[in-house]
Amino acid sequence: MYVAVKGGETAIANAHRLLADRRRGDRSLPAVSIDQIVAQLGLAVDRVMAEASLYDRELAALAVRQARGDMIEAIFILRAYRTTLPRFGLSEPVDTGRMKIERRVSATYKDLPGGQLLGATFDYTHRLLDPSLLTDEPVADPVRKHADESTMMRVSDILAGEGLIEADGRLPEDDVPGDLTREPLEFPLNRDLRLQALARGDEGFLLALAYSTQRGYARTHPFVGEVRIGDVEVELDMPELGFAVSLGRIQVTECQMVNQFKGSAKNPPQFTRGYGLVFGQSERKAMAMSLVDRALRAEEFGEDIVAPAQDEEFVISHSDNVQATGFVEHLKLPHYVDFQAELDLVRRMRAEYDAKSGAEKNSGVREAAE
Amino acid sequence: MDPIKQDGSAAVNGRKRAMELLAKASTEELQVGWQAIEPKPEVHAVRGPESGLVMVRGRIGGGGDAFNLGEATVSRATVRLGSGEIGHGQLLGNDRERARLAAVFDALRQRPEHQQAVDALVDAVESRVAAEDRKRAEQTAATRVDFFTMVRGDD
Repeated sequence: MYVAVKGGETAIANAHRLLADRRRGDRSLPAVSIDQIVAQLGLAVDRVMAEASLYDRELAALAVRQARGDMIEAIFILRAYRTTLPRFGLSEPVDTGRMKIERRVSATYKDLPGGQLLGATFDYTHRLLDPSLLTDEPVADPVRKHADESTMMRVSDILAGEGLIEADGRLPEDDVPGDLTREPLEFPLNRDLRLQALARGDEGFLLALAYSTQRGYARTHPFVGEVRIGDVEVELDMPELGFAVSLGRIQVTECQMVNQFKGSAKNPPQFTRGYGLVFGQSERKAMAMSLVDRALRAEEFGEDIVAPAQDEEFVISHSDNVQATGFVEHLKLPHYVDFQAELDLVRRMRAEYDAKSGAEKNSGVREAAE
Repeated sequence: MDPIKQDGSAAVNGRKRAMELLAKASTEELQVGWQAIEPKPEVHAVRGPESGLVMVRGRIGGGGDAFNLGEATVSRATVRLGSGEIGHGQLLGNDRERARLAAVFDALRQRPEHQQAVDALVDAVESRVAAEDRKRAEQTAATRVDFFTMVRGDD
């Protein structure tokens, strides 16, 4: 039974007004602009885009500002906004082989065609706080060198040339890629739906699961075949014109994880693969995604399912941080009636318990006396 | 049938290239281009400008079958000139005015007297984008690792 309780409107209105004040903070400081958030807190913006599953840097930055930097709140706001927009169509699949590369490293081949391009990375920094960032000191322009602008082959294509790695993922002939924003999930899932869920999954959750596979809970012996970051064209077919046009570019991070061999009576031993693809620049997320993607393919490879990272329903059902925060945080909303019912129940149980133990005690005293 | 489908691949390629570069044009570039158009045509809105979403798809493993990666905001517009040409503009993001202007230029490009002005705009956008791409590629190239081997011992 629900009992409606009125009241609190004024408190709520005042709380929201107070929130707006605290969000703005000290008025003697300039307000942070959306452009500044996009330009200087870009990786926060990218995380919000990836996990909100909506590529739009300005809107993601607005969400970060509105949420006072609370990432999951920002993701929630952006997810809610996306539901207000109509969908115009499906893009052609993006071609990461023709990416405008900003960073590309491989842990498996030192001298791969195109080379190891470090790009703007935190790797090899000493993780020491930089006091020069306390003030706005001038920053040197990046060094430039002659660039080979030919497209860079994917590392998976190098191994594929020798037949030592499984092919890119194929789905059954008549398969239409599933869309979890349109139909409720029904387990077991195909790999396409799993990848969609993982691409929007919580970075921390996927990171922890990926880490668990490295520590032995579903070990897959991974190597980073390649991580690449850069821009890809988004093409949309225009039925009124009869051809596809590019709408512009988006930045994505792709990870090809190469994992231990799998052989069977039919297939010779070869490397298997996990795949990660994420909006924006997010190497950690793309790597974690590829490790979890591989772990979730356990059944396909006839591996024993013994660890959480291999349990599709567990992983996918708990990877969405908007769902997770909704259910966890709803506990703070009024549960007065539920709690009254439970309080009543525990009081009755306690009375019965006291009556019973009192009776036992009395009989015990009597026995001792006898 | 739409004239574009009959004109053969050169016309299709020209229009496709122009549309794609118009999608990359800044508001300022489009406004400068608009000032170069004389006389100003009559423009009627057919659809939009409106914002919505496109589901961006990736490929499993990079080259396999498609999966849905996530959505992106898209703005689009369709316009008709007083002389009847239909133009479409579509680009990533929420900027409906840019989409509308892109549609206007797509329509204008079909008028022989404006094609040159539109192509000048499109060429300018192409060189700007190419210069930006080159700069970024060169900055990235400077972070390329040149391995060398340390020789140890005498033999």
